[in-house]
Amino acid sequence: MAGRHQEPRPDGWEELVATALLGTGRRALPGTGGAPVLSRAAGAAAAARTDPAAALLALAALGTVHRRAGLRPAPRGALPGAAPDDPRPPLPGAAATRLGMLLTERGGPAGRAGPAGSGTPAGLPELLPQWLYAARARGFRVPAPLVPALLDAARSRSELRPDAVALAGPLGRWLAERNPDWRFVLRMVPGAGRAAGAAGTAGPPQGPGGQRPQGHASSPPAPGSGTADGDGDGTADGDGIWEEGLFAERVTHLTRLRRSDPAAGLRLLRSTWAAERAEDRLLFLDALQDGLSPDDEPFLEAALNDRSRNVRLTAAELLSALTGSALARRMAERARAAVRLRRGPGGEVFAVEPPAACDEAMRRDGIAEHSPTGRGDRAWWLGEIVAAAPLALWTAETGRTPEQLLPLPVSDGWGDDLREAWARAAVRQNDAGWARALLGPPPPPDERPGGRRAGAPARLLAVLPPPERAAWAAAFVDVHGLGEAFQMLGACAVPWTAGLGAAVVGALERAAGAGAYPWSHSGVLGMAERALAPEAADGVESLAAAGTGGPAWAETFGRLACTLRFRAAMLAELGPLPPDGPLARTAR
Amino acid sequence: MRGCGVPRVARVPAGGGCRGGGHRGAGRPARRAAGGPGRGGRRADRAAAGAAELRLRLADGVRRGLAGEEGTGRSAWDGVAARMVDAQAPGLASRVRELAAVPASGPDWPGRLLEEYALLDLLAAAYGRVDRLPAPLAATVRSRVGFTVEAVEVLRTVPAVRDRWLVLGAHDTADERLATRRLWLRGTATGRIALLLSHGRAGRAADLSLPVGLVVEADLAYHPGARPLRAVLGPGAGPPAPPVPGGGVPPGVTVGGAMAEYGAALAGDPWLDSWPVVLADVVPVPGPEGWRLADADGDADCGDGEGGGWIPVHAPGSAAGPGLWRLAAVSGGRPVTVFGECGHRGFAPVTVWDADGIPTGLRT
Repeated sequence: MAGRHQEPRPDGWEELVATALLGTGRRALPGTGGAPVLSRAAGAAAAARTDPAAALLALAALGTVHRRAGLRPAPRGALPGAAPDDPRPPLPGAAATRLGMLLTERGGPAGRAGPAGSGTPAGLPELLPQWLYAARARGFRVPAPLVPALLDAARSRSELRPDAVALAGPLGRWLAERNPDWRFVLRMVPGAGRAAGAAGTAGPPQGPGGQRPQGHASSPPAPGSGTADGDGDGTADGDGIWEEGLFAERVTHLTRLRRSDPAAGLRLLRSTWAAERAEDRLLFLDALQDGLSPDDEPFLEAALNDRSRNVRLTAAELLSALTGSALARRMAERARAAVRLRRGPGGEVFAVEPPAACDEAMRRDGIAEHSPTGRGDRAWWLGEIVAAAPLALWTAETGRTPEQLLPLPVSDGWGDDLREAWARAAVRQNDAGWARALLGPPPPPDERPGGRRAGAPARLLAVLPPPERAAWAAAFVDVHGLGEAFQMLGACAVPWTAGLGAAVVGALERAAGAGAYPWSHSGVLGMAERALAPEAADGVESLAAAGTGGPAWAETFGRLACTLRFRAAMLAELGPLPPDGPLARTAR
Repeated sequence: MRGCGVPRVARVPAGGGCRGGGHRGAGRPARRAAGGPGRGGRRADRAAAGAAELRLRLADGVRRGLAGEEGTGRSAWDGVAARMVDAQAPGLASRVRELAAVPASGPDWPGRLLEEYALLDLLAAAYGRVDRLPAPLAATVRSRVGFTVEAVEVLRTVPAVRDRWLVLGAHDTADERLATRRLWLRGTATGRIALLLSHGRAGRAADLSLPVGLVVEADLAYHPGARPLRAVLGPGAGPPAPPVPGGGVPPGVTVGGAMAEYGAALAGDPWLDSWPVVLADVVPVPGPEGWRLADADGDADCGDGEGGGWIPVHAPGSAAGPGLWRLAAVSGGRPVTVFGECGHRGFAPVTVWDADGIPTGLRT
């Protein structure tokens, strides 16, 4: 028992041990004090002239049992505070069992191309994220005995953390305060969709599907969503955390405050801004993405004069997302000077004349003096200006729609730069109208996808409403197959719509019929396991039965169907999604 | 962990009776049958000779000084253990093997080594005069030396205890040859705790399966001993059923009460390392210097009987971490009921019941 030898024992035990260590051949048997039973035994041994070694063993046995039988508890010290109550309903029993299975089968059959029988679903670990998301959306709490395993899983897989931490709720935080392995929990904002703290990891972890909304303005949390897990943190002790807390705690506190009261968050940040270190200022500034509004502009405008270049750049990027800001107006001014709509002999044309130099004012607004890309400096400046200028500029000044503007010719070969910059602006300003126009209809079969189109289609797709996204991706897959579709599919909401699912299954069937190898489509297959609607299982199963593409494809389709059924059972156990659940996220 | 009040070697085929000759079914009293002077006499003689030799070796070690044991490794003790196996005293053999590991067990090893020396010497000495010991103690000594009694023998000779037994906990272990399942039961009427052992081949689950938290109506026959604990499930057990409402959580004692129960058990069997106990209203306290289980009630500043005390958590095995964190999670800082083994090293938890009476196993 801990500490049992810290004080000398009154029964002369230490003397016995010292004698035993040295040997009774070299040291006399000590007299034993203490309990009468011990001293009587010692006396008897001495009187009987017993062999000292045997006598020592007998005394030691007596002392050992005597001590063990007499052990008393140590007076207790302070008890830990109790974890706050979690008012959420517990998981249904079957769902709790399923979670236990998902958490313990971590090393399950993950290899999709492996020889595993088609009767087993694909790697259970791949289904864990979806389970966590579905359970969280339904507002359940995880049974206490499973919380440690859940936190362990989230520790090794950071993409699980937002949902896992939300499900673990106040008990998860309570445990994390006591186990350094789970410290990451303390850096998370309750109810948030992203990690708020750790340097370099701010922002949602992107899985292979990149299924989280991108851009600043997407999916602001519903008011009160931060309290979904019962951890509505008041600001009573907030000032203390802000003044004395660790950096991660401060970021968490600031982010939380921004979600509930953006103005108060800004006030708090201003109160200590001048004294913060540069790298801290950068991440605090990043926290202002939540609840960004014109009220933040004066502060951000001042931050354009910050000592730190990275702070200046971040401030400029935030300001350019505020299309009514002075910075956006200055950028519009520059854009107007650089890009003009002219009437030429062959009709209207965009005449482009990028700035000849990067002046002091441009640098202050976050434009780098020299191009970090392969393109020349002037092309770089043009891109930075147009990407940061409000898109409304072009439609308002010309009275045209994006669809009318985009086909117009552009002078001197600046067309690709201009469209690329508009695409960046559409993503940054979350402008669905421009994104739709830039994407256009899915390219026809003879056009190589992504050829001369602006921007990455997947990023533009993410700006569109989910049904439109799915329809565009389905049309693309119908025409072009799956070869280039991975990122676009990843930008679509899960589960896929029936139309998109049918397009993907159809493309897989064509690939099988054309003699492609299943493992050359493993990326899309893996995504389909997680994203195909469970209703697609019958269709996939009939493909397996039909034997299209041979045994390898039959096994692939069989396993996919099995996974879909597993998912269907898994979701059915959780029950229907409440109409206005505690979390309403659009893209996943 | 050793101890658990479990006979240390349960896998050895039942005593030398078959070899020793001729008394099987001769209607001798059971008390004398198990290794008495007649039946199994040859094996008993061998074991007695082995025990005597072991005492000489132990005394020799103490005479020359235990300091010499540090760094000698296990080879010296391996030879002694092999001779105890030859002497058909496997219980002595495994204790001897454990001696070899003590010098590498960290600070305070001399004290622990002396304890083990002394208790082993006590066991060998007791076996030397086992025929003159009271029958229950003699049974305990024989069992610890390595004589086993077959289940049918126990059922035939010991009156069964019929009760509705609540399954308190389970613990599966396995080595390269054998999978062992320990199941602890508590009689809802008698309040007695019983330990059922079952074995399976390595890699396969042991056959006996009783879910923790259920109640089974059954006859149990306790192996004879000074502190009977290990028992045999009699025929005619009912199917495991949910407990009556409110009857799923066993009544328990304070930390001080649990240590007193261990102390009382030691009075019967001084070789016990621990004793199964239910703690009621305790709070697990994680701490950098180790975990503790603390009485939720009582003052923090007096641990002598009436006030609140705490006991270090002793978590054997590599699964200790996850089990302890499950315990902490179920408690969340609130009082819980915990079943486990209370001993001189601390308290080794097996099962925890949450506020709703739902049990969670901590060793699985």
